[in-house]
Amino acid sequence: MINNWFDKRFSLTLEKQMSVPPWVSLLVPLASIALALLVGAAFLGLTGNNPWQIYGVMFQGAFGTAYGLSETVVNAIPLLLTGLGVALAFRMLLWNIGAEGQFFMGAFGAGWVALSFPHAPAYLVLPGMLLAGFAGGALWGLLPAIPRALLGVNETLTTLMLNYVAILWVDYLIYGPWRDPHGFNFPLTAQFSQAATLPSLFGTRMHAGLFIALAAAVAVYIIMKHTTWGYEIRVIGESHQAARYAGINVAKNILLVMLISGGLSGLAGFCQVSAITHRLQESISPGYGYTAIIVAWLGKLNPWAIIVVSLLFGGFLVGVYMMESAGLPAATVSILEGAILFFVLAGEMLTRYRIRLERRNA
Amino acid sequence: MESVTVAVLSAAVTVGTPILYATLGELFAERAGVLNLGVEGMMLVGAVSGFMATVHTGNHWLGILVAMAAGCLVALIHAFLTVSLGVNQVVSGLALTIFGTGLSGYLGKDMVGIPSPSPFSSLNLGFLSHIPYIGQILFQHDAMVYLTYLLVPLCWYFLNHTASGLDLRAAGENPGATDAAGLDVGRIRYAAVIFGGAMAGVGGAYLSLVYAPAWLENMTAGRGWIAVALVIFAIWDPFRAMLGAYLFGGIEALGFRLQAIGITMSPFVLSMLPYLFTIIALILITYGSRKNHVGAPAALGLAYEREER
Repeated sequence: MINNWFDKRFSLTLEKQMSVPPWVSLLVPLASIALALLVGAAFLGLTGNNPWQIYGVMFQGAFGTAYGLSETVVNAIPLLLTGLGVALAFRMLLWNIGAEGQFFMGAFGAGWVALSFPHAPAYLVLPGMLLAGFAGGALWGLLPAIPRALLGVNETLTTLMLNYVAILWVDYLIYGPWRDPHGFNFPLTAQFSQAATLPSLFGTRMHAGLFIALAAAVAVYIIMKHTTWGYEIRVIGESHQAARYAGINVAKNILLVMLISGGLSGLAGFCQVSAITHRLQESISPGYGYTAIIVAWLGKLNPWAIIVVSLLFGGFLVGVYMMESAGLPAATVSILEGAILFFVLAGEMLTRYRIRLERRNA
Repeated sequence: MESVTVAVLSAAVTVGTPILYATLGELFAERAGVLNLGVEGMMLVGAVSGFMATVHTGNHWLGILVAMAAGCLVALIHAFLTVSLGVNQVVSGLALTIFGTGLSGYLGKDMVGIPSPSPFSSLNLGFLSHIPYIGQILFQHDAMVYLTYLLVPLCWYFLNHTASGLDLRAAGENPGATDAAGLDVGRIRYAAVIFGGAMAGVGGAYLSLVYAPAWLENMTAGRGWIAVALVIFAIWDPFRAMLGAYLFGGIEALGFRLQAIGITMSPFVLSMLPYLFTIIALILITYGSRKNHVGAPAALGLAYEREER
């Protein structure tokens, strides 16, 4: 019906543009965020809030003070690592939306090492935790990759299902066998030793995980742009069929990419429990693994862009804490995140085309 | 033991029903060629809006209608992006789930902890309800369950034995040929996606108005995703979707009642079962489909772009 009404009055045609100027590809994400915030403002306004005051509080909280900035970086670290993991898989058209679960399994792996060796020195326990964190996430990425590579089982669904399993697994541990006997019955493990704590930076909650995350970004960039393997991944990302004709082993690459993709999210889990929570507990992630999907897509799966976007969304999460203390539900952030992604998707399409809207002569 | 079995099977129907609604909707969207991973978000929006409407009006049927309308509205976003603009269907669906989760949490913040003022009660179907075993399992439920008994055959009949159903399937199998035959692929796909939204909305409302009956943030707990998985499990067939939904419901219902037959297990491990079951079912069914050469609609997930004239 709406279609009819529209069709009678307007003609909407899309003309394909051969190339997109670089300033446009920068403009799209920025404009998308701006538009999403505008829609969000309208929504907040309609539901009886003052949107500009809320945005002001968010921005001031995230970027306006030294403390806010440091907290923004604290949140950007796990977003960068999970975002890189997601981007690597997406690049190959592998829809790994299991970063959240891979994060939890990384936290589990790291926690297991920290709790098993409470007296080990830092130079042993930290590398051990890092490896176990990576391995935990990698295993959780590999599990759905095996049926995907061998049988073509839909990885979107299996990776997502495994998120719930991983979170329940950590819950099981902290409510059960790993619960701290001296923890007044709270669902927490015992605190990790001092040696199992990543060094903090400048006396803030920022920590050495920042360097791990940045190193991961460089590594992903080098792999993608300067290795044969990265070339293979990009070919597979264009078309699985074409890659097979070119003699590329698609199944092997699915396994490898999911392993590393999961491992990167596992590293994020390791950083978080080692540097921030110092133990396994319920609230180790405010949904980093899901926000990572938006971070990766907004960064166009490019590691450098993902660094910038993860800082932006790190600030976003800090802003949310501020909003929550002002009485707004935390869910507001998901509305904005979803809206941003909608606008980015639309914007990408519209820049590929030139829209021509003409009034029809009735 | 006998009574426990009947109780589990009866609960399987109740637990499976919200998922069945959502699965039927997604099945239509996918048959028309549009993958919508936003089911979880649409269900949540349906759950909260249906609940709010019921709280404000005291009429649970109005709640169901509002949930349908809300599901349609959010599905419209996905339809516009994927059908009109041809964006990546996977990412758009993910965005819809994130958006819907946030929207429902935001709208429902004052609804937490309120019981539904007008819960659905079970409806006695006379002699049907008194058939031994079968009556207890199938016919001692609420009206929304009985509605699916009509809806599933209707959906099956529509898809397989009506001209419109053929058009819908054609849009999902070969949109180019459908277009050439003079049908509007875009309109068919819009309709299918919006129907999917309405059904997901009802499925969500079943949770908040019948099953719980209350609103809880994220109360779907992955059921929308399981619905998407069940479409694959059902090989895009409504009757198999019904079977799958009850099978899934049975697994969850069994979990709650294991203690009754003397098996103790951590509640966390029990809660993992539906997700693990879904993964295993997906693997088995994909393996089976490959061997039998049945599978997804050929143009599923692909945007249809009309050639230049």
